[in-house]
Amino acid sequence: MDIITWTYILVGLSFALYIGIAIWTRAGSTKEFYVAGGGVSPLANGMATAADWMSAASFISMAGIISFSGYDGSVYLMGWTGGYVLLALLLAPYLRKFGKFTVPDFVGDRYYSNKARVVAVICALFISFTYVAGQMRGVGIVFSRYLEVDINTGVIIGMCIVFFYSVLGGMKGITYTQVAQYCVLIFAYMVPAIFVSMQLTGNPIPQLGLGGTVADGTHLLDKLDGVLTDLGFAAYTSGRKGMVDMFAITLALMVGTAGLPHVIVRFFTVPRVKDARLSAGYALVFIAILYTTAPAVAAFGIYNAIDTVAEKPVDQLPEWVGNWQKTNLIVVEDKNGDGIVQYLADKEANELTIDKDIMVLANPEIAQLPNWVVGLVASGAMAAALSTAAGLLLVISTSISRDLFRTFRPEMSEKKELRIARIAAGGAVVLAGYFGVNPPGFVAEVVAFAFGLAAASFFPVIIMGIFSTKINKEGAISGMVLGLVFTLAYIIYFKFLSPEMNNAENWWFGISPEGIGSVGMLLNFVACYVVSKFTPAPPQHVQDMIQEIRIPRGAGGAVDH
Amino acid sequence: MADNKQKMKAYWKKNLMTLLFLLLIWFTVSFGFGILLVEQLNNFKIGGFKLGFWFAQQGSIYVFVILIFVYVYRMNKLDKEFDVNEE
Repeated sequence: MDIITWTYILVGLSFALYIGIAIWTRAGSTKEFYVAGGGVSPLANGMATAADWMSAASFISMAGIISFSGYDGSVYLMGWTGGYVLLALLLAPYLRKFGKFTVPDFVGDRYYSNKARVVAVICALFISFTYVAGQMRGVGIVFSRYLEVDINTGVIIGMCIVFFYSVLGGMKGITYTQVAQYCVLIFAYMVPAIFVSMQLTGNPIPQLGLGGTVADGTHLLDKLDGVLTDLGFAAYTSGRKGMVDMFAITLALMVGTAGLPHVIVRFFTVPRVKDARLSAGYALVFIAILYTTAPAVAAFGIYNAIDTVAEKPVDQLPEWVGNWQKTNLIVVEDKNGDGIVQYLADKEANELTIDKDIMVLANPEIAQLPNWVVGLVASGAMAAALSTAAGLLLVISTSISRDLFRTFRPEMSEKKELRIARIAAGGAVVLAGYFGVNPPGFVAEVVAFAFGLAAASFFPVIIMGIFSTKINKEGAISGMVLGLVFTLAYIIYFKFLSPEMNNAENWWFGISPEGIGSVGMLLNFVACYVVSKFTPAPPQHVQDMIQEIRIPRGAGGAVDH
Repeated sequence: MADNKQKMKAYWKKNLMTLLFLLLIWFTVSFGFGILLVEQLNNFKIGGFKLGFWFAQQGSIYVFVILIFVYVYRMNKLDKEFDVNEE
């Protein structure tokens, strides 16, 4: 069977599975809709968290980014996993004990202020929307490459699927589809990685293959360093970014991960505090499987690409080059007309341009794996994009129905709230789809900044809210506003107002816009602390509540009221 | 009641010590070995990896996983010891 038939079959089967699960797990109450009734097992929640977390960007683009940035790519590997340590140790157990449904819920109650709640809602919506638009675009790209339909048709098909199971099933439906999606995506990621590792290094475990030897007996990484330096690039294992910038970006990504509302909310769905801790551990195990494989895929990919294309005659290139040239993800241009492809660091003379997404998407073709593996990668990429989109849509709909409507209309019936939640989810899907079809030029840029914003807004006030009884609403609001405004201003200035200034010489302390969230976070902490010092302490009942969330006993089911 | 308050204080203090200890390791393997000391560690090799590079792209992630499970184990024990555990 050819690639496209396999792809239709595998993608079709996986979609049928998701829809089947959605029907089976229909949500009947707001509690089921928001937090799956609070009865998800830690293992299932760990898997769902992993799928929720690993987006189209993790699945499709991350390995490719590392391929072309080598050691510098480590910021993503450490940043997007280290955040789970913070989440497990500093946030998850306490928020679970707190026992409501959303992050703004916590901020609003802990800082006894609807103003604080609204600021938190705005942060949550902003972060989630920028993030979800990128996912829908990812769905569209996968459809257009593998199923040979138009990108826009792809986005609309993806919208319908997500609409179906998130509106119908809420968190309950999303959780169990995410479990299935995790299995699909990890299988799809590992199969080609294992094959390629075998072919290149003779070791079936990619994590070990990365440190293994290639055919001529030299270590893969040493060989890569040598080849790349010969072509005029920096060595693979050494960095180009400044140390301060590496530090700042890693910190912003870690803290941002721990502050992302769609990740935090997953820990409200387990029955007990100790389940929340354990579940964060499982989540990181499931994430680590992909994240420790990615650097191997990255190194194998760039090695293979150089090995099979560079210095080869233009008319004798392998078949996959032709396939991917149609999508413009790979461009070969014989500039000097010698009939040979030169791959060089010098942009003027370079004749081979490879898009980062190739490293994962074309991986099975480069390694000449059977056609079904290609179809598998397509369904895996789709699973990664859909699961993240669904998690984000839920945050958006919950923010609207619960944090906005419920706050200002406390007498509303549960049935009505559930209806509003569903309508909001539907509206959010349509809006996300619109952005997927008409991506504002800045979407790809902004997704990376969602982390900086989460780091600068949520993380400090949640941490201080748990670990200090003295921080009050004035402190929290000024902290969140300062952190958010500062980070946004820095990003907007360098990315949109004066992009020509965006280089290390003009950055403050050599910190790029990607890493500035960590400075925003520090400002938030300081503002929180200083303002709280000079304003009245929180009321006694709030201080008692803080004492209460610090001990696990009595978490019970998620509180519904 | 006063007794209980003392007990909770002691529980919280032990909790904070645990966090501090684990976060110190968290910082050391990622920011320490993976970024600040990467050049120095790259002088050593394990298998085909330069050590600093290995920590940045592999080792730190393994340590993160271990840290969370140590935390889970330690806190479950602490909860029982102070009788604040769930059923």
